[in-house]
Amino acid sequence: MPDVTKTPAASDTVLTSDETVAANVPAVPATGKPRSLWSDAWQQLRRNPLFVISALLIVLLLVMAIVPTLFTSVDPRSGDLTNHFMSKPEWGHVFSPEWFGYDKQGRSIYARVIYGARASISVGVLVTLAVTILGGLIGMLAGYYGGWIDSVLSRFTDIFFGIPFFLGAMVILTSFTDRELWVVAGSMAFLGWTQIARVMRGSVITTKQSDYVTAARALGAGTGRILFRHILPNAIAPVIVVATIALGGYIAAEATLSYLGLGLADPTISWGIDISDAKDALRDAPHVMFFPAGMLCLTVLAFIMLGDAVRDALDPKLR
Amino acid sequence: MGRYVARRLLQMIPVFIGTTLLIFLMVHVLPGDPIKALWGDKAADPAQVAVLRHKFGLDLPLWQQYTNYMADLFQGKFGETFGGRQVSDLMAESFPVTIRLALVAFVIEVVLGITLGVFAGLKAGKAVDTAVLIFTLLVISVPVFVLGYIFQTVFATELGWVTPSVQDSEDFTQLILPGAVLGSLSLAYVARLTRTTISENVRSDYMRTALAKGLPRRRIVGVHLLRNSLIPVVTFLGTDIGALMGGAIVTEGIFNVQGIGQQLYRAVSQGEGTTTVGIVTVLVIVFLFTSLIVDLLYAVLDPRIRYA
Repeated sequence: MPDVTKTPAASDTVLTSDETVAANVPAVPATGKPRSLWSDAWQQLRRNPLFVISALLIVLLLVMAIVPTLFTSVDPRSGDLTNHFMSKPEWGHVFSPEWFGYDKQGRSIYARVIYGARASISVGVLVTLAVTILGGLIGMLAGYYGGWIDSVLSRFTDIFFGIPFFLGAMVILTSFTDRELWVVAGSMAFLGWTQIARVMRGSVITTKQSDYVTAARALGAGTGRILFRHILPNAIAPVIVVATIALGGYIAAEATLSYLGLGLADPTISWGIDISDAKDALRDAPHVMFFPAGMLCLTVLAFIMLGDAVRDALDPKLR
Repeated sequence: MGRYVARRLLQMIPVFIGTTLLIFLMVHVLPGDPIKALWGDKAADPAQVAVLRHKFGLDLPLWQQYTNYMADLFQGKFGETFGGRQVSDLMAESFPVTIRLALVAFVIEVVLGITLGVFAGLKAGKAVDTAVLIFTLLVISVPVFVLGYIFQTVFATELGWVTPSVQDSEDFTQLILPGAVLGSLSLAYVARLTRTTISENVRSDYMRTALAKGLPRRRIVGVHLLRNSLIPVVTFLGTDIGALMGGAIVTEGIFNVQGIGQQLYRAVSQGEGTTTVGIVTVLVIVFLFTSLIVDLLYAVLDPRIRYA
């Protein structure tokens, strides 16, 4: 009999500590208490130079995307043909708008590079969010229920996984005449969720065997509560890692689609479109391609570095 | 083993049907009328449109179009384009080109990626490791189309080592540059994956035993360590063969390689549904079979894995 009273009590303490894990996602360093995976990860992150550099870069890019007028007062769409392909690559002009030069239609490349941040970052963030929610849900259901639900959902995932990404995106996007931002983001998310689903499924399968899940079920917690309060916070770490790294990839993918002429279209300013426009005059005016391409690489680099840092922090095995 | 293969082959059937159905639906349900597009900006003659629709079976209900397509497919018929060419001829022309390109990319990615990964993994935390890490970080963050133009400008236009575009796809020296561009991203992933598994396995007991037995270093690294570390790398490489072939669109465009990427780009932008579905079908088959072969390779690399 003492055993019976002891077991729920023990699992109860496990439960509460489990809930603090969920609540403390942006954890403050706890003094004296055992640290959770998240506060531990945050401690590790703050000391990682890779994280600090990439975070600063990303903050700068976010500001650029939200208020581009902070950086330039020039209209990125107004062209002055007297400036056609002009550039002043002298050191006296370094980092001035003149140094960046002008494109074929005499538009300021500096202004276009600044304004281009919005499209790239919005698509990247939107696709990553959509993919994480969609893939996360499908993976979680497949992993938690197992059995025939898992078989059906896994085959469903395989079907989408089998379609080459760019190919599928091309097929979808050609059928839209005006490709607005959400259309591009939507079709990328439609094809891209499989990786997250697979990672989530694997992670949930390991997590659901934990004692605290059994304990929660023994206490009569409902499926929803078990899934979202107990399994999700403990299974999501690998998903966050994959999603952060993928964000950089989606920014590159958006630029690639725009470059192919199948992504965003002209009134929207995107680095991919500008790179595509610049390719015909690559030999005469390399600066027209250099700056948007450089910004694109820098942005992707920032997110990949962030992803690397997050992975190092969340995966203690790699330490 | 035989039963395992049979079960895997059976599992492939729903995935194959599902993927072809999905791409078929994407091509045919989404808005846009390829028949009317044949007239360009001119007004299409409704009678001729009706005749052409009937000829290509586009007036049938969608499910019937799909079953007809699949029935033809099982007899090896891929249908024909609006211009009257056999899709199978088109593919016979362009697939070998892409296979050669993908092969060059694959060799570059395997040789360079694994070498870099092994060196970095053996010296984890040292300068070599950091250099490889920075290199892979840079390669991953430069999108393929940007890298393509950088390589083309530097190696072809400025240095003149190679021709800027591929004139003869049977000449492997011309394929090295586009191959390197195509394989660059995967190269970085292979290097990182190899580095991680090698640096984990270096600390394992069997490594200490091998060292204690006094085996030569070459044998320890080349046989004991590599064989145990390659499983995740082989998994990645297996799924990558299909990805290289399907992802060659951009690279083929930059270097003017007349492979399936170019064919696909043309087919998709002209609404040639039959060609698009045909090429994707072949790519899906390649993808399914490479993942089966990868699973069978596990047993070769790790004798503990047996397929009953």
